[in-house]
Amino acid sequence: MHIPDGFINAGVSAAAGVASIGGIGVSLKKAGETLEDKQAPLAGLVAAFVFAVQMLNFPVASGTSGHLLGGVLAAVLVGPWAGSICITLVLTVQALFFADGGLSALGLNVLNMAIVGGIGGYAVFVAARGVLPKTRPMVALASAIAAFLSVIMASIAFFIEYALGGVGEVSLSAVFAAMVGVHALIGVGEAVITALAVSAVLAVRPDLVYGASDLMPQLEVRSSQLEDRTSSVGR
Amino acid sequence: MDRKNLVLFIVGGLIVAAGLAFFVSPLASGSPDGLNRVAIDEGFADTETEHATADSPLAGYGVEGVDDEGLSTGLAGVIGVAITFGVAMILFGALRTFRARRAGPQATGT
Repeated sequence: MHIPDGFINAGVSAAAGVASIGGIGVSLKKAGETLEDKQAPLAGLVAAFVFAVQMLNFPVASGTSGHLLGGVLAAVLVGPWAGSICITLVLTVQALFFADGGLSALGLNVLNMAIVGGIGGYAVFVAARGVLPKTRPMVALASAIAAFLSVIMASIAFFIEYALGGVGEVSLSAVFAAMVGVHALIGVGEAVITALAVSAVLAVRPDLVYGASDLMPQLEVRSSQLEDRTSSVGR
Repeated sequence: MDRKNLVLFIVGGLIVAAGLAFFVSPLASGSPDGLNRVAIDEGFADTETEHATADSPLAGYGVEGVDDEGLSTGLAGVIGVAITFGVAMILFGALRTFRARRAGPQATGT
């Protein structure tokens, strides 16, 4: 799903870059306002974990592979704002150090995987949770549904970009069918990995799963004395 | 209160991530991914241009100078996990600091 340099023309790449800067700017602002202390190191771990799992290409059809995009996984664990920042960091490290995903296409890749896949995928997760029973296994199921659809959504985002600014003379309808078809298969892998990872964290530290915070007992009443002490100690 | 547990969780998670990157990534499929497969099949793969950081010592998920392919991939993965975690911790740490400064000491609760 990492778009290399040269697939999409400069104008559409630049427009996607502007959109991505705007979107991630909003994410930085929102994450800065809402990120709890315990979530900062968790967000670091989520970014590192997504980097590792993105290397694990699994075969989906003859001569074709796919790998986790991680947008929904990150969003369910640390929230859509911090999650989209995690994916953006992964994509930036990959483009700068590993020559994976074009530098000129970084805005496109952030738009597709961090914003459409991550924030858009999280919206699907919220919708799915709304109709499913309020239990932990259903959080994992909602993650799986959102993960599957997020890959399809990202592949459609690519198609729109390609239709607007694709270099090369090819049949757009064939590109659409091929993109959505192969990414439906990859989406199944995304769903399985996302559900397994979310379930694992729910089993060990359910309090760290942002998307399941409504299922935690409400024990958030803190005495002001404790707060004073915490802040004077520093963080 | 559960700060120690959180540190354990983060360290454990990083070990899992580094383990996947080192031991499993050399076994990953080398086939083109979905987008590259479509580009090949539909005939626009040849529009790809050379990557600006193609000369990076880690380009293509390998460490320059390490001849063993599996080891090279695994090491590149571990280095990538470390870089990503480091950059993310700096960024999210900075975000938290900015918030604490703006909110002031009396408003650290939620």
